[in-house]
Amino acid sequence: MTWVNAVIQGVMLGGLYALFACGLSLMFGVMKVINLAHGDLAMVAAYIALGVVTITHVPAIWSFVLVVPIFAALGYVLQRTLLQASLNRGVITTLLVTFGLSVVIENALQQFLSANSRELNIGSLVSDSFSIGSQITIAYLDLIILVVAVAVLLGLQYFLSSSRSGRMIRAVADDREAAQLAGIDYRHVFGIATAIAFGTVALAGLAYGMYTQFDPTTGTTALLLYAFEAVVIGGLGSLWGTLAGGILLGVAQQVGAQYHAADQVLAGQLLFLIILVLRPQGITSRRELA
Amino acid sequence: MSAVGQDTQAAGGQHPRVAARGPAAGRVVTRSRRSALWAGLAAVVAIAILGYLPYLVFSDTTGLMVQFFQLLIMASMWNLLAGYAGLVSVGHQAFIGLGAYFVVLLAMHGLSPFTAIPIATAAAGVVGLPVWWLVSRLRSGYFAITMWVIASVCMLIIIQISSLGSGTGIALSGLTQSPTLLAADTYWATLAVAVLAIAGIYALLRSRLGLALTAIRDDEAGAKSIGGRVGSVQRLVFLVTALGCGAAGALYAISQQFIVPTAAFDVSFTAEMIFITIIGGIGTIEGPIIGTIVFFILQQTLSADGTWYWIVLGLVAIAVAIWAPRGIWGLVSEKFGIRLFPVGYYVWPAGEQPRRLLARSARP
Repeated sequence: MTWVNAVIQGVMLGGLYALFACGLSLMFGVMKVINLAHGDLAMVAAYIALGVVTITHVPAIWSFVLVVPIFAALGYVLQRTLLQASLNRGVITTLLVTFGLSVVIENALQQFLSANSRELNIGSLVSDSFSIGSQITIAYLDLIILVVAVAVLLGLQYFLSSSRSGRMIRAVADDREAAQLAGIDYRHVFGIATAIAFGTVALAGLAYGMYTQFDPTTGTTALLLYAFEAVVIGGLGSLWGTLAGGILLGVAQQVGAQYHAADQVLAGQLLFLIILVLRPQGITSRRELA
Repeated sequence: MSAVGQDTQAAGGQHPRVAARGPAAGRVVTRSRRSALWAGLAAVVAIAILGYLPYLVFSDTTGLMVQFFQLLIMASMWNLLAGYAGLVSVGHQAFIGLGAYFVVLLAMHGLSPFTAIPIATAAAGVVGLPVWWLVSRLRSGYFAITMWVIASVCMLIIIQISSLGSGTGIALSGLTQSPTLLAADTYWATLAVAVLAIAGIYALLRSRLGLALTAIRDDEAGAKSIGGRVGSVQRLVFLVTALGCGAAGALYAISQQFIVPTAAFDVSFTAEMIFITIIGGIGTIEGPIIGTIVFFILQQTLSADGTWYWIVLGLVAIAVAIWAPRGIWGLVSEKFGIRLFPVGYYVWPAGEQPRRLLARSARP
C-alpha cells in the first residue's frame, strides 16, 4: 500500500513538473533553443510573489493574478531585446546568453534577497488533506496544482489550435521563412510565445513556492533539470507528452524515495537516461507542436 | 561564426582561390608570420621562468598560479569543444569531479597522488566513451543540458559511496612531502599539465584534423557536405576534453587536499570555463589564455564579494557574446593581424615573400 501511495504522490508531483516543463517545451518548439535560465525565472516569480504579498497583503494563493501578467510582459520584452539579439547570432550564442542570465539571476537573488530559504505562506492549505482508505492521503494543494497544470495544458492546446496568435505560433514553429512570406512578423510571434512560456513558468514558480521551501539556487540545482527531463521523457513538441513526462518523472522520484530517501532525485535522472537510450523521441512520438 | 574563419584567408587581401591553383606566379604559402616566431620564443622563455618560479616566490603566490593554470586547462578544453567542435556542454564538471575522485581512490590504495594523475586522467577519458555514446545523438541545447544531468548523476552516485566519504567529503591521503615541497610539486604538476594541454590542442589543430575542426567551427553542415567526418572528429575532441578536464580535476584534488561532491561537481566550474572562453575569444587558442588572465584579475579584485563577482562576470559575458562575439582576442587579432598560434595558412602575393629565416615555405 505504501508503494501505491508513492505512485499517487508521484502523479501529484508530476503536475508540478509538467507546469515547469510546458514553458520550456513551448520555447524550444517555437525558437529551437533551450532557455537555460528557465528554473531561475521560476524562482524570480516566487520572489516577486513574496514581495507582492508583503506589499498588498493579498493571500499568497491569489498572487498569481499580479505575478503572471508581470512575467508575461517581462517575457515579451526580454525576447524582443536580449533573446532576439542572441538568436540573430545563432543557437550557440543563445544557449550561452541564457546560461549567463541564469548565473546572473541566481547571484543577484542571493545578493539582494539573501540565500535564506523562503516559502509562500498559504496558511492551513499547505497541510490540509483528505484520505482514501487508511494509507493514502492526498493534500488539497497537490491536487490543486495538478488541476492547474491540466487546465494550463488544455488552455495552451486550445490557444495553439484555435486562436489566430496560436496559428501564427505554429506556422512560425513549422517553417519560419514560409510564415514570413505569408506576412507574419516572426519576432512578434517569438515574443508572444515567450510571454506565454514566462506566464506558465511564473505559475510553476508560485506553485513550487507554496509546495515547499525555495532559495536562490533551487532554480538551477533542481527545477531546470526536472523540467528538461519531463520534456525529454514525454517527447518533444507534445503538450500531453509533457504531462505524461512530468508524471512519470514524479512517480520515479517518489518510488525512488520510497526505496531510499537519498535515491529520490537519482531515480528520476536514471529514468531520464534510460528513456534517452531506448526511446530518444520520448514516450509520445508525435512530432507536432500542440 | 563566419567572421572567425579568417585563418585560411590570404594575407594582404588576396583572394584565397588564387592560391589553390598551386605555387604558380611566385606566390608562397606559409603557416606562420613573424608574430608566431616571437610567440614561440616568448612561450619557451615564459615556461622556463614559470618553471623556476617556486625558487623565487612564496607558496601563496604559486598557490594562486595553480588556480590560474587549472582554470586555463579547463577553459582551453571547453573552448576546443564549443569553439571548434560546436558542442556546448554545461556538464564538463562531471569529468573534473571524476578526475578528483579517481585520484582520491588511487591514493587510498597506496599510490602517490602525483603518480595517480595520469591514471585518473585516463580513467576520466574512459568514462567519456559511454558518455559520448549517450550524448552524441543530441543536438545543441539537448546536448548541453543532458551533460548537466550526467554530471548530476555522477555526483549523486558518489554521494552514496560511503568509502568515498558520502556527501561530507574526503581527505586526500598520501601527500607526505613537507608543505613547501608539496606546494612546489603541485605547482610543477599543474604547469606541466597546462603546457601539455595547450601544446596538445595546438598540435591537434595544426594536424589534418584541425582543418576539419576549423571547417566544423565555421559551418558544421558545410563541413559535412564536403566530406568532413564530423561525427568521428567530434568524438575525438569530446574524449580529449574529457581527458583534459579529468586531469584538471586530479590537480584540483591535490591542490585542495579535501574534496566534497557538491564542490567537485559544481556547475560553477563550467560557468567559469564558459565565461573565460567567451570573454577571451571563442574559437581561438589565444582566447582562453587572455580570458583566464582577465578573469583572474577580476577574481582578485572582486573576490571579497562572491555574488557580485558572478553578476559582473555573467553580464560581461552576455554582452560580449552578443555584441563582440570574437571576444577580446578577436578584437586584438583583427586590429593588429597577429596570431600567436597560427593554425591556418598565409598566402603571400608575388614579390612580397616572407623572410626565409622566419617562415618556412609549405610548398616549395
